[in-house]
Amino acid sequence: MQLNQELQEVMEGKKGETLKKVLHTMMRYGELFGADAMVPITSRYNHLVTSFGLKALTPVYDLLDQLIAEGAVSRQKFTMDPRPLDPDVPSSFLQNIVFQKFMYSKQESYEKQLKKLGLLDQDAFTCTCYLDEVGNVPKPGEILSWSESSAVVYANSVLGARCNRNSGILDLMGSVLGYVPRFGLLTDEGRKADWIIEIRTSKKPEAQLLGSAVGKKVMEEVPYLVGLDRWLGTLDEDAKTYLKDFGAATASNGAVGLYHVEGITPEAAQQGRGLIREGAKTYVIDDAELERVYRSYPVIWKKKDAKPKLCFMGCPHMSLKQLTDWTEKVEKGLAENGHKKVTVPTVFTAAPGVIKEFQKTEYASRLKKTGIILSYICPLMYMNNPLSTSMPVITSSNKLRTYTSARYYTDEEILAQITGGEAK
Amino acid sequence: MKTFKGRVVSPGRAVAKALVSHGGLNTLASFQKALQFGDKKATCGDQNNPDLYGKQMAGRALCLPGTIGSTTGGLVLYCACAMRRQPACMLFSEPIDSLAAAGAILADVWLEDVSMPVIDSLGQEFLDYVKDGMTIAMREDGTVLVKE
Repeated sequence: MQLNQELQEVMEGKKGETLKKVLHTMMRYGELFGADAMVPITSRYNHLVTSFGLKALTPVYDLLDQLIAEGAVSRQKFTMDPRPLDPDVPSSFLQNIVFQKFMYSKQESYEKQLKKLGLLDQDAFTCTCYLDEVGNVPKPGEILSWSESSAVVYANSVLGARCNRNSGILDLMGSVLGYVPRFGLLTDEGRKADWIIEIRTSKKPEAQLLGSAVGKKVMEEVPYLVGLDRWLGTLDEDAKTYLKDFGAATASNGAVGLYHVEGITPEAAQQGRGLIREGAKTYVIDDAELERVYRSYPVIWKKKDAKPKLCFMGCPHMSLKQLTDWTEKVEKGLAENGHKKVTVPTVFTAAPGVIKEFQKTEYASRLKKTGIILSYICPLMYMNNPLSTSMPVITSSNKLRTYTSARYYTDEEILAQITGGEAK
Repeated sequence: MKTFKGRVVSPGRAVAKALVSHGGLNTLASFQKALQFGDKKATCGDQNNPDLYGKQMAGRALCLPGTIGSTTGGLVLYCACAMRRQPACMLFSEPIDSLAAAGAILADVWLEDVSMPVIDSLGQEFLDYVKDGMTIAMREDGTVLVKE
């Protein structure tokens, strides 16, 4: 791999041994995937995945101390995934002890490290950094060093930026160096589709279920979806929200970093079926296939018919449009079922920036009246401990289902459950 | 005994009992609980992986097609290595994915006295042949010997 003058000096150790080690790491990473060059990062901000001061990750914090001590900090400001704790979210006395004394005991010291490394601001904690209210919105063609699977797949697919599915730590090392290796989704060839996904459902497919089906089938390859434009129309706020949730499910149930939707996503709109590789495989998704995928999810609750104790919505974080739409849906559901407040303790999660905008609307007080808690928390981090695992938690997030014991239901089923309607 | 040849991702030698996942390894879901709660055996916590769920991963020759899931995957593997709860080696039937690669490289470059050799591109035949409990010997040139 050829290096420019700047990186050559780093390689020769003229910028310090730590930065040399960072370059060595990034080059080895690139060489494994046939990278031909190190290319400059062109986005304004980075986005990092590791937002939690988890005691189990102590080796990572030691490594970050090493970077900070050598002045090897990020050359661009960055946003982060959501914080793992929020006092507004219901938790038991025992859970609080586990969260604060055992699991996230490094949170405070880790956030101090993040400030030194280049954290954008105190509100920068969300997995949906690409929403307008947050402001980390890359332009088409920009080169990123992001991680967070749901954000990478959104940036690549919906925004047309270019980013590989980078791991935590390497995301930061990219912006410490200012360069990433060029391979995979950074290249035209790597953005071509390996799969044609034909959507033949009788109604708009549930985003989280469709994403799960696609992810499980194509794994890390690139799908080109045909027939979804019929249900999405144009790339408006509703479609973007749909694709946010669809993409997160493809990335967590499989390892998708980029998808194309015919007539909708920018590259598919421009290049059409020219994006499809010769010999691409085909996967047909109809109502029966979605039902099969739904029924394949294991229920790992101890008592399978337990009454839910908590409902999480917003993994990835909800958009402003979702918050207003769901406020209306919950109000309507409660009225129809003769209730004033939700019948299952429910938490909606969103980016701090989105919450601020939502609080300016009339919907904020209306949502509060339903009893729903609005939080910036990461539901996944809340769920990942034995005490939460033993709780019957429901969600319509396929990502949360994949990583935790939360049980998946469709949006419609969740609405029925939290508003006291008939649960299926 | 059967011999397979792959590409060396992270060099080293290892002899260990095989642990086989026919589906992708979800690194975060598999390791998180073990790292968080001091499980030295690194018992797999991924409910969606019937091949591995509830089995010891530390010290095993982990045979798999690739890794999937959260992009914390690389740093989770790095931490497993730093905390000495890593597999004895990782053997991929397919070319390695970016997250597993990150974990292997980070451990190799940034950790001293820790070894998790990694070989990829061993082929589907390798994954079809190898079974839990078989003895694996991997060499530095990317050769993998599988004994029943």
